[in-house]
Amino acid sequence: MGDPGMIVLFTVLLPVIGAGLVLLLRNNENARETATLVTGVITFAHVWALLRLVRAGETPRLDILEVVPDVWLSFEVEPLGMVFALVAGFLWPITSLYAIGYMRGHHEENQTRFFFFFAIAIAGAMGVAFSGNLFTLFVFYEFLTFCTVPLVTHHQTEEAKKSGRIYLGILLTTSVGLQLVAIIWTWVLAGTLDFRTGGILAGTASTGILSAILVLYVYGVGKAAVMPFHRWLPAAMVAPTPVSALLHAVAVVKAGVFTVLKIAVYVFGIDLLQTLTTTTWLAWAAAATIILGSLVAFKKDNLKARLAYSTISQLSYIVLGAMLANEMGIIGGGMHIAMHAFGKITLFFAAGGIMVAAHEKKISRMHGLGRTMPITFGAFFIGSLSIIGLPPAGGAWSKWFLGMGTLEASQMGLLAVLMLSSLLGLYYLLEVPVKAFFFKPPEDAHHHDGIHESPTPSLIAICITAAATMGLFLWPDLFHELMQMVVAGGAR
Amino acid sequence: MISFSLFNYWAVIVLMMVGFYTLISRDNLVKKLIGLNIFQTSVILMYVSFGKVTGGTAPILIESGDHGGGDDHAAATTGHEAADAAVDAVGSSGELVMQGASGVAHAAAESAEILYSNPIPHVLMLTAIVVGVATLALGLSLVVRINEAYGTIQENEIARKDNAA
Amino acid sequence: MSQNLPALLVVVPMMLAPVAALLNRSGPAWVAAVGGSWFALGAAVQLLRRVMAEGVIVYSMGGWAAPIGIEYRIDEVSAFVAVIVASIAAIAVLYARTSVIDEISEDRHALFYAAFLLNVCGLLGIAVTGDVFNVFVFLEVSSLSAYSMIALGQDRRALTSAFQYLIMGSVGATFIVIGVGLLFVMTGTLGMMDLAERIPEVWASGEGDRTIAVAFTFLTVGVTLKLALFPLHLWLPNAYTFAPSAVTGYMAATSTKVSVYLLMRFFFTVFGEQFSFEQMQLDMVLMPLALVAILAMSLVAIYQANVKRLLAFSSVAQIGYMVLGISLGSVLGVAAGIIHLFNHAVMKGALFMAMGCVMYRIGSVRIEDMKGLGKAMPWTMAAFVGAGLSMIGVPLTVGFISKWYLVQAALAQGRWFVAAIVMVGSLMALVYIWKVVEVAYFQRREGEDEIKEAPLGLLIPTWALVAASFWFGIDAGTTSSVAISAAETLLGVMP
Repeated sequence: MGDPGMIVLFTVLLPVIGAGLVLLLRNNENARETATLVTGVITFAHVWALLRLVRAGETPRLDILEVVPDVWLSFEVEPLGMVFALVAGFLWPITSLYAIGYMRGHHEENQTRFFFFFAIAIAGAMGVAFSGNLFTLFVFYEFLTFCTVPLVTHHQTEEAKKSGRIYLGILLTTSVGLQLVAIIWTWVLAGTLDFRTGGILAGTASTGILSAILVLYVYGVGKAAVMPFHRWLPAAMVAPTPVSALLHAVAVVKAGVFTVLKIAVYVFGIDLLQTLTTTTWLAWAAAATIILGSLVAFKKDNLKARLAYSTISQLSYIVLGAMLANEMGIIGGGMHIAMHAFGKITLFFAAGGIMVAAHEKKISRMHGLGRTMPITFGAFFIGSLSIIGLPPAGGAWSKWFLGMGTLEASQMGLLAVLMLSSLLGLYYLLEVPVKAFFFKPPEDAHHHDGIHESPTPSLIAICITAAATMGLFLWPDLFHELMQMVVAGGAR
Repeated sequence: MISFSLFNYWAVIVLMMVGFYTLISRDNLVKKLIGLNIFQTSVILMYVSFGKVTGGTAPILIESGDHGGGDDHAAATTGHEAADAAVDAVGSSGELVMQGASGVAHAAAESAEILYSNPIPHVLMLTAIVVGVATLALGLSLVVRINEAYGTIQENEIARKDNAA
Repeated sequence: MSQNLPALLVVVPMMLAPVAALLNRSGPAWVAAVGGSWFALGAAVQLLRRVMAEGVIVYSMGGWAAPIGIEYRIDEVSAFVAVIVASIAAIAVLYARTSVIDEISEDRHALFYAAFLLNVCGLLGIAVTGDVFNVFVFLEVSSLSAYSMIALGQDRRALTSAFQYLIMGSVGATFIVIGVGLLFVMTGTLGMMDLAERIPEVWASGEGDRTIAVAFTFLTVGVTLKLALFPLHLWLPNAYTFAPSAVTGYMAATSTKVSVYLLMRFFFTVFGEQFSFEQMQLDMVLMPLALVAILAMSLVAIYQANVKRLLAFSSVAQIGYMVLGISLGSVLGVAAGIIHLFNHAVMKGALFMAMGCVMYRIGSVRIEDMKGLGKAMPWTMAAFVGAGLSMIGVPLTVGFISKWYLVQAALAQGRWFVAAIVMVGSLMALVYIWKVVEVAYFQRREGEDEIKEAPLGLLIPTWALVAASFWFGIDAGTTSSVAISAAETLLGVMP
């Protein structure tokens, strides 16, 4: 194709165009869905084209406009952004496929509105992935918050309204109250908001001040769900499952941890991070979130709630990786963006499928359901492996690198935390497929005789992501290579 | 020390406070307007007092033949001198007017030998009076309409009616 | 003609006002109002361009040079404020056509438009004049016409609100006159630039310092009353709530802005930044009041049941932002205050106009009556949301630009506490905007009445302002360069 800058622009704009098509085709369901899928595929093709360039060492850049003197809205593609874009770009069409099965099977209303904001949200995610400076990142970060509100509150019930309040409240409070202050402070100190290898803050202020700014950033990125700013995630579970799957396993939460990683590497720089006093504190805050998230997940009987807390826990793996401030940690954290995304989305897909096909939400009522829905629960099993960090699932690799990172930082305690969380995950995740396959159904459950699987489009999607999860175990090279580039100074 | 030459300013203060107090403390809307008017009048008095030059006559130009074109300048200079003299004087003392007058007298001696009070404050206060009249007229028409709408012009009763509604 | 543009800017609307009144019929009077406002807009933009290119424009009325004559002195701030007033007036007058037909009785329309033109003339006059007494004259012209316009509201409380505003406003104006008078007696001049030179002389000579200080105080109280800085804001909520929709939309976006301009003019140009801030410690007075205004007024806004009243309290809080920027005293801070003049005018104008659309269709602006309007009046509520995003300070809106500069200015001075309060204010704005959004989008409409979308005559001006709130948030180059240049001029003028 042509000019790299234009490819970047299109990657962000195509989902918007797709959204427009969805709106135009609202009266013809099949045409509308086709538009979504086709746009998704074309967008991913663009992402792939950019991947080629990045692997060759280029960093396509596009300056759009100067908003305020010296502050530009601009895009720049670099390896870390590539990781996020690949994940989001690949999973969007897959999730759309899944959503078609789900929304129709569940007889959901307002489907046009759903697919419309879905596409807009992906545009937001792409914008975050390709942002060239903190300002652009913040713009698309906030954009993402707002365009996902209609998705979270889709059902428009009292509960949805309350959840919308919590969602918007926590995300905006953190972003405006903490993150924006940190960004403006960075601007005042460094005179620039560009992302650079080695960071832009080195030497601009005292360690105390920079440490404080780091805290503002990490807690200010509410989408990374570091406790205590995690409540929005379980609240968002009130949304239809495709929303939970894509946004809260992939787009929104990954935008959060991606932001944390990006700031760690390109605003502070690994070397500076190691000198700050709060880096270790924050690593332990992430560790606390990991453990607490897992413990709460234990107690939840509602499958989506359990998965939500598991996500909270897993996100802090990435935050931990960033705060370890060493190569292994960063690599592990970045790879976990991809590994967790594929694994978690499989789990959510399965949860949604169970809801549509068997009308069950609670785990205690899913005993024996594995016989009716073997593929779904099989996929659930594979996804669980990835989250727990066991082969043959991709999550094993990211866990490996994170573990190495803790060793490199001589933080045995953190290594123990990682191990403990795997153990907990073993129970609270594997409980589901194990009991589904080997236990007897509850007395009053009306399970179908024979096989009654998730709706077919959804099932296909589930299989693809499960296969990808295993595939990533065998071929983690792509993501590993990209993260290596990030740590080595990228292709700058 | 109360000296007579500052009598005007004491009057200003008394009027200002009376007007302001009436404005705040009275419930009757017309009385409020009266208070406002007294308050504004005190300011008028203040300005006019500023402009008065002891021994100065009304600032209406008296033709004295050979000063045709220079008269404007003279008036202007007189005004300036009076002001400068005011600057020279100590703020709170009665000598203000005396020194001003002597300073002006010198300048005046060079012009037409006529001492004028400063016309500028008068001009300003003409404007202020007009503004005050307009405000009063508007205020009173509002009171008439309020009376039609509420049946009363007592503020507390109006508030009561609004709260009851 | 262009030589006399500074004078024409003020005179043309002024002359068209009696024309409108004499025409006596709604349509022709409206045409006169449109003519006056749009001419003023053209003139103001022209003047701004000239000032940015050539520097300060000095125009002596009638050819009489200052300090004897009255001169108009247009620098970047004046021109910018003139553009703000004129552009809001130009849009509001278009909006007013439809809105006024609905809310004010036919026989009063011509007088309404006459008052409108006088108000525009008055505000523009304040912006361009270089003589302090002239300021008072124009201030009263604009205030009296404002009282009249407010009194035309449908609810009978419009009358009492107008009366209350009249009393308080006149007191404020009189305080300004007292201050001006005291300055005049000490320096003998009324021209701003002249005063700027003579006040330090008087102060240094040690003889007039008590008078100057008293003058300073009277001016502070008078101006802050006009600009509704907490706690002298009591007239504003009632006035904005009960005035006709077009009037609120117009006034919320202009009159307090011009008073903020007046604050800057007096304390930076006439008295000088050094005097105001270091000797008289004005920042120690303004800053705490501004901070309290932001917090307390946003909090009060959250609990309002009437959306117009909610937005009125929000306006008082936003004025706090402007004054906060000014009280920081740095170029960035003052620029933040100046740019917020523009940004808030656009945001609040759009919000009040959207509420005017609601009033037009359902005859009420209470939150509980707005259930389900998200579906029934999608464009109106979308406008509300759009301008609301600006209030919250979402990036790519004008509200963000103001916060960007304000927080920068605060952090550059190490005042992290101030920065924190600015952010808290934004979050509170989120709460009260969300309150309205929730009711409009998440609740269903009861009853069978069919609510249609607002007419185009109301929607188009509203959306013009909403579009502006995004446009100048995405490309803030022009407004920020004008604001910074204006701030530099203001702070650099040292007598």
